[in-house]
Amino acid sequence: MTGIRISGVGMHPFGRHGDRSATDMGVHAVRAALTEAGIERGGFQAAFCGTAYGGVASGHRVLGALGLTGGPIVDIEAGCASGAAALALAAGAIAAGQYDTVLVFGVEKMPKGVIRSSFFAPWQEAAGFTPAPAYFALRAQQLMRHSGATKHDLAAVVVKNRRHGAANPDAMFQAAVTADEVLASRVVCDPLHLWMLCSPNEGAAAVVLQAGDGAVQLRAAVLRSHQPGYVLNEGTPMCGLIGAEPPTPSRTAADAAYAQAGVGPGDLHVVECQDTDAARELLAYEELRLCPDGASPGLVRDGATALGGRLPVNPSGGLLSKGEPLGASALGQVVELVHQLRGDAGARQVEGARVALAHTVGRGANASAVILTR
Amino acid sequence: MTREAVRAGLFTASGLIGGACGRCGRRHFPHAVPCPWCGSDDVTTVTLSSQGSLWGWTVVTAAPPGYDGPVPYGFGVVELADDGLHVVTRLAGDAADYTPGRAVRFTVVPLGGDVDTWAFEPA
Repeated sequence: MTGIRISGVGMHPFGRHGDRSATDMGVHAVRAALTEAGIERGGFQAAFCGTAYGGVASGHRVLGALGLTGGPIVDIEAGCASGAAALALAAGAIAAGQYDTVLVFGVEKMPKGVIRSSFFAPWQEAAGFTPAPAYFALRAQQLMRHSGATKHDLAAVVVKNRRHGAANPDAMFQAAVTADEVLASRVVCDPLHLWMLCSPNEGAAAVVLQAGDGAVQLRAAVLRSHQPGYVLNEGTPMCGLIGAEPPTPSRTAADAAYAQAGVGPGDLHVVECQDTDAARELLAYEELRLCPDGASPGLVRDGATALGGRLPVNPSGGLLSKGEPLGASALGQVVELVHQLRGDAGARQVEGARVALAHTVGRGANASAVILTR
Repeated sequence: MTREAVRAGLFTASGLIGGACGRCGRRHFPHAVPCPWCGSDDVTTVTLSSQGSLWGWTVVTAAPPGYDGPVPYGFGVVELADDGLHVVTRLAGDAADYTPGRAVRFTVVPLGGDVDTWAFEPA
């Protein structure tokens, strides 16, 4: 099978951007990625656009503004994994020989606060079954029960990621915080405080994939959904079966990506993972096999996952610093890792990074695992 | 004034209305055809146990979008051992009384106006 290289990346900062439309932000990111790749009109054969809230033909609006329509343009929705799903479909098409060059991008402009989703039935909204932070909190409590994680460990994740984000000009929050400040923010759903939750926001990211070998290779882009049974799976079911704990979609996606890329968790130099809330990052350590099950608090306590540690996680600052524009989020991680592998990540550079993994999980449930190498 | 359930078919005064699958033998909530575990259409209607134990809980402090009921409210998962199920539910009563494994029972609670929903409360 031919290799797949990433020949260009672009990003519109994640944050709050007033009247700036999703299309405007997409234009910014796409133009930057195409410029890096040295590609003009006619240089790519297809485009996949990740978005959850963008509405009909979001991708067409972006490429229409740039005079780049003509080939197939398809919007992809897979919750928090939308951008990774677009990447996976593009990579599959290149691997199959259908296309040589594919543009992948994601755009989002989301309202403030808890995300309203058409996922739920109206009666579930009316009866109070839609608060995402409550489901996060219940998962956080299960993590605390099986791993011994404390609220201080959750605060330490926030402190780490916000410190990383302080060096990221594309992040929404660029100020470091202390554990005391995190624990002084209001309790949203115990044990989660406000600053332990990421903000849905606005932004765009773009990636150009091409057949062949280059500076950064895409080695795996895998999507998985949840298996039924567990009451707290990210599919947010109303019930689960006692004793049923099938492997999570994050784990099945990661295992498949490791197998496809021919690397293991011990080979990784840098990771971007889904830190929708602080506990989610610790869960990801276990699901991605960065540590044995139940050992995740140790990685943040001993600084292993901080910049300068043995396996930095979320050097971009993660979603806790960047915020989460759903359709763009997973590609924002890929943009960060491409910079890490090129060695041009500046003050947040992980020295010598050659193998990188990006992970998302969210509504659906869908999870993704993407492996890149230099 | 006639009270109305937040959705018909979810519960009666005596408990939640679930499904029992004739093929895989498992139960589910809310009642649905086909069975969400195995896809069979052989589903009968059952009233789930009104007694359970508390498996996980938190308190929702801000109204989620589309919700006009009282805030804060208890929210969690109860274990209905006789049905083999964990069920996501509102929790009534004082959150200070919630402890792991604590016995809870089914109840009907007002949501606002003439609309009711269900909850579990410390038994």
